Amino acid sequence: MNPRILGLRSRGTRRLEITAAVAGRVLTQLRRDHRTLALLLVLPCLLITLLWWMFEDTPVFDQVGPALLAMFPFIVMFLVTSVTTLRERSGGTLERLLAMPMGKLDFLLGYALAFGAVAAVQAALAVGLSVGFLGLDVQGPVWLLLVVAVVDAVLGTALGLFVSAFAQTEFQAVQFMPAVVIPQILLCGLFVPRDQLPQALEWISNVLPLSYAVDAMQTLTETTATGDVWRDLAVVAAYAVGGLALGAATLRRRTA
Amino acid sequence: MVKNAVEIRGLRVVRGKRPVLDQLDLTIGGGVTGLLGPSGCGKSTLMRCLVGVQQIRAGTVEIFGEEAGGKPLRDRVGYVTQVASVYDDLTIAENLRFFARVLGVGKDEVDRVVDAVDLGRNRDRVVGQLSGGQRSRASLAVALLGSPDLLVLDEPTVGLDPVLREDLWALFHDLADNGTAVFVSSHVMDEAERCHRLLLMREGRIIADGSPADIKEKAQAQSVEEAFLAIVRRDAA
Repeated sequence: MNPRILGLRSRGTRRLEITAAVAGRVLTQLRRDHRTLALLLVLPCLLITLLWWMFEDTPVFDQVGPALLAMFPFIVMFLVTSVTTLRERSGGTLERLLAMPMGKLDFLLGYALAFGAVAAVQAALAVGLSVGFLGLDVQGPVWLLLVVAVVDAVLGTALGLFVSAFAQTEFQAVQFMPAVVIPQILLCGLFVPRDQLPQALEWISNVLPLSYAVDAMQTLTETTATGDVWRDLAVVAAYAVGGLALGAATLRRRTA
Repeated sequence: MVKNAVEIRGLRVVRGKRPVLDQLDLTIGGGVTGLLGPSGCGKSTLMRCLVGVQQIRAGTVEIFGEEAGGKPLRDRVGYVTQVASVYDDLTIAENLRFFARVLGVGKDEVDRVVDAVDLGRNRDRVVGQLSGGQRSRASLAVALLGSPDLLVLDEPTVGLDPVLREDLWALFHDLADNGTAVFVSSHVMDEAERCHRLLLMREGRIIADGSPADIKEKAQAQSVEEAFLAIVRRDAA
């Protein structure tokens, strides 16, 4: 069948189909990689349990638990995405796809969709464990905790895509984790409440997206009012969209 | 339909500080056109220009009258890179089904191209477990999806069993007979004999252009390899 005849179908439908194809392919690849899948889903649960055990009979778990729920999807998706897209770049598959009727945004959204879905499962397990078994007190709606986790994961995906453009090897890509992620963890309010940071650091923490994800999680555990959560969520989502746009700018059809 | 598949004028490509291609003019029509030359002579760069993934400094590259790499061409040009550009952690069939969806061609195409490259028995094996030759055939199969009008093949037969190489050249001729313009590079001189038209390339320049018989006759050589040497020596003198 001639592709140009099928190509007459509306462009919107075609683009959705391509995005779905990318997402489906990424998920198939993950499904085949049992070890990565296990690490993605089980490791956050194990680490949260470790923390709960460390602070048995103290209120600390209630304080840091929400921050952890915000951090895991972000860190894990950042790592997975930066390595997988680097592989696409160096393996020639990205070049091949961009020489096909593939929009840059279709490609990025496909990735964001696939990893967003994995993040939803990951977050469901981590939240279920924390709230159901480890006694994490959540005042707000639990489903909103999941939404924050998924948006947070998409943010990690977006930033991972972006930094993969600056890494030539997988080794370098992994090294971006401490550069991009650890400052955000230090300044997100986990160690020192953000309003008690030195002024300059507080300003910096105000422009780092993870701070807003952690704030959203903390608000959800503390009160039933969700107004602030939606505002924080909007900030994280805006950063994710910005990251995807920057990522799209680094995907070049023509290279030297 | 007599229109040239490829028209290149004044092409200049610089990589690092070194010009790889300079002032290159070339037209390519139907049939099987071979691009032969030692590795590093600019073959891959020229092929990347045709697909529109190479940054160029000057000149124009037109495919079927459109700027190379432009949207209308993206499902009309099939491209095989030197390294197999397929996903190692997917099976051959999964790879092909994915690329078929991106191109918007039906599933029946997957069966057709798998058979065309003779990978039917391995279709459900993960690419990472295949031999180098099988992987490059899987990559070739992707380029055949949707029967493109121009096939750009960068050394598709490297490391293949001679029997298989013979089969693939027969496939290229079949495709050419059905109207596809096939542009294939190689650094193996004995593959040259199988092309309708041959371009010999050295240090970014086309040093000979014609049918294999013409080129040998003009250089008064027995083989394409000898012709290549004779032309290089004559140019140096």
